[in-house]
Parts: sequence; C-alpha cells; structure tokens
Amino acid sequence: MSLAKKYPKEIKQILSKYPLEHKRSAVMPLLYLAQREEGYLTKAAMQDVAQIVDITETEVVAIVGFYTLYHEEKGGKYRMQVCTDLPCALRGADEFMNSLCANLGIKVGETTGDGFVTLEAVTCLAACDKAPMFQTQGPDGIKYHENMTVDRTMELISILKRSVREVK
Amino acid sequence: MEHILLRHRDIAEFNTLNVYKKNDGFAAYKNAVTKMTPTEVTQVVKDSGLRGRGGAGFPTGMKWSFIDNKNWPHYIVANADESEPGTFKDREIMEGNPFQFLEGLAIACYAVGANVAYIYLRGEFWELAAFLDEKIAEMEKEGYLGDKLFGGEYSLRMYTHLGAGAYICGEETAMLESLEGKRGQPRVRPPFPPSYGLYGKPTVINNVETFANVPPILARGANWYKSLGTADSAGVKVFSLSGRVRKPGNYELPFGTTFRELIYTYGGGVQDSRSVKAIMPAGASSSLILVNDEKVLDTPMDYASVRTIGGDLGSASVIVIDDTVPIDWLVNKTVHFFNHESCGKCTPCREGTYWMSNITERIREGRGVAGDVDLLLNVAKQMQGKCLCALGEFSTMAVVTGIERFPEDFKKAVSKA
Amino acid sequence: MSKQVTLTIDGIQVTVPEGIVVADAAKMVGIDIPVFCHHPKLEPVGMCRMCLVEIGRPVRDRATGEFVMENGAPKIQFMPKLETACTNKVEEGMVVLTQTEKSREGQKSTVEFLLTSHPLDCPVCDKGGECPLQNLTMAHGPGKSRFIYDEKLRLGKHVPLGNLIVLDQERCIQCARCIRFQNEIVGDAVIDFDDRGRGTKIVSFSDPGFDSVFSGNTTDICPVGALTTRDFRFEARPWELDAQASICTQCPVGCNTTLNTRREPRAGGDITVQRVMPRQNEEVNEIWICDKGRFAYHYAESKKRLSRPMIREDGKLVNSSWDAATKLAADRFLEAKKDFAVLVSGRLSNEDLFTVKMLVDRSEGTGYLYSRMGGGEMTSLVGMSGGSNFANMGRGTTIVVVASDLYEEAPIWYLRVKQAADRGATLIVLNARETKLDRYSSYVVRYAYGDEMKSVQDLSRKTKIGDAFTQAENAVILFGSDGLGIAGSAGLASACATVLQDSGHAGKPNNGLIGVWERANDQGAWEIGFKVEENLAEVLQGRTVYIIGADPVSDDPNLAKALEGAAFVVVQDVMETATTEIADVVLPAQAFTERDGTFTSGERRVQRFYPAVPVTGEAKPDYAITSQIASHMGVTLEGTSVSVLFDGLATSVKSFEGLSYARLAEVRPQWPIVGRGDMYYGGTTYENKHGMGAQLSAAATRGETVDIPQIDKEAAPRPKEKELLAVPITRLYDRGTTVMMSADLLRDRIGGATIALHPDAAQNLGVEEGQLVNVSFDGVSGDAVVKLDDTIPVGVALIPRSMGLAIREPVPANVRPQR
Repeated sequence: MSLAKKYPKEIKQILSKYPLEHKRSAVMPLLYLAQREEGYLTKAAMQDVAQIVDITETEVVAIVGFYTLYHEEKGGKYRMQVCTDLPCALRGADEFMNSLCANLGIKVGETTGDGFVTLEAVTCLAACDKAPMFQTQGPDGIKYHENMTVDRTMELISILKRSVREVK
Repeated sequence: MEHILLRHRDIAEFNTLNVYKKNDGFAAYKNAVTKMTPTEVTQVVKDSGLRGRGGAGFPTGMKWSFIDNKNWPHYIVANADESEPGTFKDREIMEGNPFQFLEGLAIACYAVGANVAYIYLRGEFWELAAFLDEKIAEMEKEGYLGDKLFGGEYSLRMYTHLGAGAYICGEETAMLESLEGKRGQPRVRPPFPPSYGLYGKPTVINNVETFANVPPILARGANWYKSLGTADSAGVKVFSLSGRVRKPGNYELPFGTTFRELIYTYGGGVQDSRSVKAIMPAGASSSLILVNDEKVLDTPMDYASVRTIGGDLGSASVIVIDDTVPIDWLVNKTVHFFNHESCGKCTPCREGTYWMSNITERIREGRGVAGDVDLLLNVAKQMQGKCLCALGEFSTMAVVTGIERFPEDFKKAVSKA
Repeated sequence: MSKQVTLTIDGIQVTVPEGIVVADAAKMVGIDIPVFCHHPKLEPVGMCRMCLVEIGRPVRDRATGEFVMENGAPKIQFMPKLETACTNKVEEGMVVLTQTEKSREGQKSTVEFLLTSHPLDCPVCDKGGECPLQNLTMAHGPGKSRFIYDEKLRLGKHVPLGNLIVLDQERCIQCARCIRFQNEIVGDAVIDFDDRGRGTKIVSFSDPGFDSVFSGNTTDICPVGALTTRDFRFEARPWELDAQASICTQCPVGCNTTLNTRREPRAGGDITVQRVMPRQNEEVNEIWICDKGRFAYHYAESKKRLSRPMIREDGKLVNSSWDAATKLAADRFLEAKKDFAVLVSGRLSNEDLFTVKMLVDRSEGTGYLYSRMGGGEMTSLVGMSGGSNFANMGRGTTIVVVASDLYEEAPIWYLRVKQAADRGATLIVLNARETKLDRYSSYVVRYAYGDEMKSVQDLSRKTKIGDAFTQAENAVILFGSDGLGIAGSAGLASACATVLQDSGHAGKPNNGLIGVWERANDQGAWEIGFKVEENLAEVLQGRTVYIIGADPVSDDPNLAKALEGAAFVVVQDVMETATTEIADVVLPAQAFTERDGTFTSGERRVQRFYPAVPVTGEAKPDYAITSQIASHMGVTLEGTSVSVLFDGLATSVKSFEGLSYARLAEVRPQWPIVGRGDMYYGGTTYENKHGMGAQLSAAATRGETVDIPQIDKEAAPRPKEKELLAVPITRLYDRGTTVMMSADLLRDRIGGATIALHPDAAQNLGVEEGQLVNVSFDGVSGDAVVKLDDTIPVGVALIPRSMGLAIREPVPANVRPQR
C-alpha cells in the first residue's frame, strides 16, 4: 500500500507545517514516516515520498544519502548507536564499545545473529556529560540511554526483546 | 545564585505551563506585543549587549535589525541542532525550561515581524521534538500562539522540524537548505539570511540559548543584564563542562568566571586528581589551549580574554584534557569527526578532512613517519582561509594547535613506527 | 544598456556591466581566472574554490558615503582571506589581484586537493587533450604527489547513469555542473549527489536512468573525464579530430553544431563523423543540443546508403549511369505532362527546394510538400522576423504554446521557452493533455481535442489569459500538431495568425508565429512556395511521381497503395527505403554531412551547413540531380554552386530579399566566450566561426497587407460518444527512417508502437497497462502496447507518429485485445 493511502492523516499534518508552494520542506519528516515500519527506506517508499512532495526519486535518494539517520539498507530491529566522539571517549566510550562488542559477539557495524541489534559508532549526540551513552533507533523512534554500563545495556536489550514479543 | 536560564534547577516542575505562568511566564512577551513596537523590542535587546550563544557571538539585536523590511514574509528559525562535540546545553534548556525558550522565540518573532517560526532540532532530539510539540500546543490553547494574539493584529505559529544526522546543518545556511527539503549544504554568503533566508525570504536564525535570554532581558531591562558578565561579554552563559572532570554538566555562570572556578569549584576537579594538560573551550572546533602554566586556568571566560590565551570561547563547551591524554589520539578523534561530517560541497574541506584523517589514522596506528606530522600541519594550514563555510576551518584548529603546542606527543607517536 | 561598473583586475582598468561576477568580468577583458564549478550559464555556487583571488574594496566614509582617499587614490581594503571570483559581484573601484603569491597559492592548493582523489589516468581518459583539470594541473598543479597513492579512493570506473552517459566516479571532482545544468537549466532533476563528504557521488534513479533528452550536454560542461557519452567514449583522442560547422537536421530548431571527424580504421580508413558537438549560437541553441541531435547522426554512414543511380530493368533495380538514369526520369516527367507530381520534404536544403520549385513551375506538373502538418502559409505572413531571439524574452513577453509538446518535438525550444519563463515571461500552455512545459507556465488551458482553434480564439477575449496575451509587449505563438492532421493544424495556424494580427503583435521583432514542424527545413519549403495536400494518396494515384527525401511507403500503407498504382516512380534519397524498393529510378543523394547548403529554421533563420566528410560513392547533391533532370527536360537550372542558387533565391522569393550567402556566414560577438583554449570556462562546446545565419522578413514586417484566410470549420473532430478517437502525437525518439533507425544507441529509448489510454477507457475495453492490442483505423491495422495515462481524456487514444501505426489525423479507431 502506498504511503499516501496508509498514513493520510499523518501526511496531511506534516504538509500543514510548510507553505503550500514549498511542500518540498516536508521531505524529511515524510522520510521518517516512510522509515517507520521497515526500519529502512524501501525504493517504493522513496518513490511515494517523491510523489507527495513533487520532486524526483533521484532527489529523494540524494537527501536520504546525505543524512545519517535515514537508512537504505535493512538493519537490526534496533540500531544501537554509541557515541564514540572525543568527549565521550574521554569518559570511556571506546572501552564501553569494545566490551559491548564482546558481549554481543559482533563488531561495530554488524547485526546480531537474531537480527535484533545493529551496533553502530556515531558522532556526538549532545550528551557528553552522561557518557558512556547511546541512542536506539527502532520502531518506537529514537531514544537516549545515558550513563550506561554494559550490564545495563544487556538488560535493556532483553527488555526491548520482551516488549517486541508482547506486541506480536 | 538564582538561575536566569536554568530556572528549572531552582523551581520544581518549571517545564509545565502553570508553573511557568505563575513565575511571571509570558509576561514579557505579552507586554512586548501589547505595549511595545517591534523596533523598541529590538532596541532593548541591542542595549543589553546580548550576543549569539551558538558560537559566533554576533550581537543579537543588531542581527534582528538587519532584517530586510522591503521583502516579506519574514521567518525565524531557532537553531536547536546542537551537534558540536562537547555541547549539550540547548537540550537541557529545552527539556527543563522549554517555555522560556519558546517565549524568547516568540518575542524575537514579534520584533522582526515573523508570523511563522521553525525550530530546527537535530534528528536525534526526536523525543524532545515531540515534547516541544506538546508545549507549543499548550501555548496555542492558552492564546500565546495563533491568530490575533492578545486582542491585537499579531499572529504567530511555531513548528518543530527534525534534522536527520548532519552536524553541518548547525551552520545557518545549511540549516535553511535542510529545512527547504534539500541536502544540508551551506550556501554562499552574501547574501546573508536577514536579506535572503528561508525560501529566499528575510530570516533570522538564533541559537536556543540566545532566545532563552530574551524574556529576562525584556522583563528586567537591558541595564540589569549588562551588569552581569563583563564589559565585552554581557550576561550569563551556560557552560557545558565535559571531559576528564569529576562533575561534568551544564553550569550557568556569568561571563568572566575563570576556567579554574568552572573546573574546580563547579566541576569538582579533574578525575583521579590529575592535572589539566589542555582545554578546548569551544568543543571539537576549538584550538587546544596549552595549560603549561597554572595561570592559564585563571583566565576569565569571556570572548576577549580567551583570545589572549590562544583560543575562542565560541559556544563555551569546555572539554578538559588531563595529562594522561595523548594529543595525537585527540586530534585523530576530532579529525575523524570532521571528516565524517564534511558535507562535501567545497574542495578543501572535502579533500582536506579526508587527507588529514588518513594521516592522523596512520600516526595513531603507529604507521606514521616523521614527515607525516609536518605534512599534517601543512595540509591543515593549506585548508585554512579557503573553505566555503566554517566547518573546514574548524577541522584544522585542533590539528594546528595540537601539533604546534604539543609537538612532543606527535614526535612520540611517529617514533613508534 | 545596463549600468556599468569600473574596476581594476591585475592592474588593468575594466568597465563591465553591473551585477556580473568577478570571474566573468575578467574573462571579458581576456584575463582567465581558473574555474571548475563556475559556468557562466549556471548560478554561482563557489564550491570548487579554484578561483580564489585577492579582492580589495574601496573604503567609504560612513557619513558621506564617499571614497576615503589615501595618497590621491581611494583607500583599498583587502579581506584577510582569499575570495572566490565566481561568487563576488563587481563593485565600483574594486581591485582584484589574480597573480599574487597569495592568490596563486590558493589556486595551487585547490588543484592539489582535487588531485588527491583523482586517478590521474589522463593517458586513457577520453577527456585528455580537452580537459580543464589536465590544463589547470599543468598551469597550477604540484609536480609531485604528497598523498600516498595506495590510500586513494577506489571507486567505480564505468558506472552507467543511463544508457547514454557513463560516469567514472574516480575522475569526478564534485563540481555539480552536471547536476546544476539538469536542475536549473533543464528542470529534469534526474541526477544528483548521493552520500556526502568524500563519499559524494553522482547518481540517477530515474527510469530509464538519466531520463533527460539533454543529457549529452553534461559531458560538454564536465570539467574532467567523469562523464562521457556511450557514443564517443574510447573512440578517438580529441587532438585527432577535425571540426566542421554544421546544422542539426533533426527538428526545426536548427541547432548549430560542429561535426568532429577522423579517419576511422573500422570504416576502412574513410573519414567519418566521430561525434556531434554543439556550436555556440546564443540566438538559437546557446551552447546546447539535445540528445537526438547528438546521437542520431549515424544514418549518414549507414550501410544502407545509396551510392549509385539505379533503374528498374525486368522488374529489378540495376546500376545505371547518372546520364541514363536522369534521362529516363526526365523523359517520363515530360511525357506525364499534368500527371507529373513532385513530392519534396523538409530534409532538403533551401537550394534543393528552390531548384525543384523552378522545375515544377516550368513544367505542367504539381509540387507537394510531404508533411503531416499544415499552416505554413501563415508563418510566411506573420512568422518570426529579423532581430527575434528567445534570449531577449522575459518580463513583458507572452509566449503561447498550443497543441505541441515542445520537450518531445523541439527540445531546444522547450529549453528556450522555459528559460524565458524563468526570466519572467508569461507562458500560456494550451493543450489537451499534460506536457512538461505546464510546470513553468503562468496559465494552462486544458481543452478537449477538437477545441484547439477555439482555445486560441479565446486569447482575444477580455479575460485574464486574454489580457496576458493582448496586453503583452511582445507575443509569440508556437503551434504544433498534437492531436491534429493537416486540416486541423492549418486551421489552428490561421486562428493563431488572426489573434497575433488583431492584437497588433504581428510584424515586430520578437513577435510572431512559429510552426513546430516535423523536419529541419519544412519552413524553407513553405517559404519557397510548396504546399501540403490533405488527400495525398488520392492525388498521387496513377501519376508519374518524383519523390525527393521522403519514404511514404514505410510511413503509410495508404500511400504505399497509391504509389503501387502510380505510372512511374523516381526516388531521390540518401538511403535505401521501402520507397526506393518500389521505384523505377533511384537517384543517390548526398547526406548533409557531405555537402553545403542552407536550412530555414522554424524561427525563420537561414543558416549554412558545410561539408564534413567525403561523398559516398557517386551520390550528388539534391539540387544537382534535379538540375541534371531539368536539363534533359530542356530547362536550364544552376546545378553546381550553392551560393549562386541562394543568391538567386534571395532575388526571387520575397522573404529572402536582402540576404546573401556571404551574409549568412557573419558572426557577432557572443557571451559567454567559449570554445577557445580555456576549456575550463565554458566547456568543450565550439566557438561559432562559420556564421550565425539571418532571419527572413515576413509579410507583416514588410508592411504588406496581411490577408489571413478564415477557416471557420472546426480544426479537428471531437470524440463522439461510445467512440474511441485516435489522435496523433509526436515523440522525440521515433522510427523515422532517415533519422533514427541507424542510431543503435537510442534504440532502447525509441521502443515500439504504443497506444495511450485513460484508465477508464482501458477498463471499458477490457485491456491493461502493458498489454498488446490490435489497433485499426482508416485502412491501417497493427499492434501496439497499452500505456495508461490518467491525464488524457477518456474518449481519446494517443498514438505516436512514426512508431509503426500510420496515423495522419484524428480518426475513430477500434482496439481489440490480442489473444
């Protein structure tokens, strides 16, 4: 089903924020909407967005490619994005990341065997005072997890797994 | 001392509309719209000496007065793209004291004649955007936003807009491009946004913290505000303290507070009681200030004083580096960041950050040779003064000052090879 | 004239128009500031940082606004940083230094940065020899690399952006000229950058890839060897090529081109055309050409070229001598008397047509223009005349496009009209269906097929659109034959001429009527006095026919049948066709690449083309063949000199009066300056050294009484209830025999026969998208693939011309699903 048919209300609400003659502005919120279900942007979804804001599919891909929170490839159910930038690294982010890799049995950029977590190293998330920290990007949007330890992270993963199962 | 910006630290539930209202919330806004002309509002802000809190420190009232009154409509965009490594103050303001920020934004809109404001938040502030949407809806319900406000002719609407992971969108023209639904690449300036901004219309862009300063300035007067801080840097500032300190966090202090006070009095001192080796006063974009002399720590934090010790105060995101940190490691981190965030539009930044990242990686991994340090310095200097926007210039700051001020660290790194 | 500004560049004082950028000002006075991203046709972006220079500005006194003086001269303040010459506009008193150590360091730095990621594969690069990066590296580059070669990015070397253009990602320097061209000038944003930072790369996600008919131009303005055409890549080195000026023959726009030629081993060492390049004519095509013009030239060297005269003996075509063949033709023409009929097409030059016209006039026979569109008489009366130029149109001008899809029918006119609209011209699009130009128009009128004339007549009414037309300072109408046959388009032309005459626009420069014809020189044929015949099949029946430059047998089964019943058929053409197969005499003509002559464009500009390659076999120019036949008929006509013929034309046909063959070769200074040594400025387009042509006069400009025949009947039939009206439309890439069949490269884009239906109509017929159906009408029957299009009316079916179904005019059709 096309995006327009699936989310008429949401699309209308998004478009209402911008002047009629500049509906192209809606492309970014629409891409978040299109990414909601699969966790990445399918070709069909990008075509739908292009049609709604009246630009070419190529222009949509160009926007998707520029911003790091849009994904063109399927990842884990949750993307765990650990900040390893300077201020966090000064507070142990690299070590945190390494132990996390060891605990999950994957390398940075990889997805766990059950397809649940993709571990990513990202640049500054504006939480430098609460390192180590990461954000999860998943079906429920983007959430911050601050002052983390490996134990608390593993616990979070099992909670997330439970909640996904419950929803099913 | 009572907070001016981080008032939520003094008053419980300050981020609820009722509590905010009870504490004189929106009084300045209502007074401005009903009793003052836009020019009068701008004049008060001008007189207060308020300078932009995003990093450049441009006088706020002057920026507002540049708006082109021959071309309409006008827009205001609040820069909530907080992405500089070491900066995390706007997030706390928006979470803890959202209405003061929104009220300041509303006053600014009135002052420049904008009927629509966009709040551009970095994409990672997804939950915060939803939170602000709620606050905006409450303000609409209470008659602070909408049509014909306070029984007059003025109308105002506010919308949040999420970015999607691009540091460069904090650059104001890149932000406008992004808001227009394009790749967030900076525009050539001039023309500047006050004459050619969002959708080609006159636009004022200010940082979240800047807006949060506006309601108290209007409520208590320009002279009161000027009495805080120093002659060159009026008022208070939220200092984001991070790195090797015991109590990292935001500290609202008057300009002119010393690094020593920030680090030791407020930040609880350096972790493991080590000594301070270097300070980055404006996040990853900073020069590395060499702390070889304890007196450096007694430098007052205002725009002019920080310049005397070879740095810039910028957004006042103070990263503390202790003597355990190798500077070549640090430079590799900052260069990696800028290489990742370079938008690719202009040659020196696109190629220079990539090249610098190659060399620092090499040095860091012990594959570097003596000539690499000179080459790195040379590439950085070759970039300086040639990039389209400030990002390229920023990427060279830690490199150049790191090599020049901490040569031993680099010598040691390449001698491993 | 715009306000002038005086500044100093490298010590030279220059006065240039206000508002231009420093790089352009320098260029105007012969100082080359190196650039990559800057292109004088594109908006400044300041991306590549190649043009960094020192810029000083006079200090003004804040109170008085006057210059502050210092030692008798204005005090100049330089910025601490270098500035880009491509984004800074000239200012009074500005001082620009391009050669100081600081400026040179800036330029050198940029070249070095660009080379860190560049593969330096010049020896195997198609651009080598005409490459801005190569040239600027020689001028400014470092001698040695400080970048570790093994750490260079390895990227795709052969990435097809579509089937015409190939991208080498390693060579790309991210200047975005191609993307900006497609976005700003064309409006087809089908290529863009993906990723960011050093990962930035050009991509296309359109279907088909790089879906634009202007794609080839990006290879001209690409300042490196990143974009190449499938046609030319790996074919030749630029320094091996000769260049000959020519005119594109693919449509009535008359784009100025340059044919690059070389001895080709694969052609047995013959000189062949290696590529077609744009040649600057700011009054016609600027520095652009469309992909059809660029890639569809191969027919001239097709294996099917005719090389010797032939006559039919015992039912078979056998080689003959020129004398015998032309004598045979002449004898039969004389014998035929009134039954002598001549069919000429717009493929012929003005001189060819003039020669044939004289022959027809001195015989008892009749001449016909072989075209599916009427109305040319109107363009002789109120057409475009001397001094007209789309480039000068903007605010104050109203351009009407009626019954034409310019993007498909005359792409460069689409570009010119779009740009005029971008500059503020009022664009009114009248059409029964959506076209690409709608997006740039101020008004779109969607009429029902059959209401074409009425929609034009409405322009003289007191409405908003009417006022936009009648009150305009200048008004131009381009009319086509979308959905129309000969009668319909003739009626439409007369309606257009009437409104132009009534509004007082006719007869002034930058005003008038333009026919969007099928062929390059249809306009010339109309001017010289040829007319179209609605019932061509009927009038050819049983006659002796001399067909020049046309293939009616392939085009239309009804004409094929008529010619079967002809008394005698002489065919003169460049290639074997279905018509030469039934001919009694076949006469080989030279292709336009082998000879000289002139064409008249739809804007009524006469332009010269020149020989570029040796003649195929015994082929002769069309005018010489006609002259030889004429001499056998006892009529003496010039048969050797094009210039004599042209000057004869100029004295006998009123609209050509005042022109001379020599005058057509005149050039005027043009901006931007392109095609010289500095390819980095304008690209590899060619400078015009061989003539910009001259426009004809129109009856209205000569002050003659303009008598427009009033055609009262409706231009075209309307769909009746429960009937499907098939209407002809034109596609750029069609199967026209002399045009496209040899263009292998474009075969994918041509496709097969299609029929476009509204989804409701398709449902009524029980057919679906992509289904094969049988279509039949008026003696024609054939298969076509269904395309659904909800922007067209329910009662009509669109059938592209020259795509296998011979549709001449709107006609009720039957559609049956196959199987």
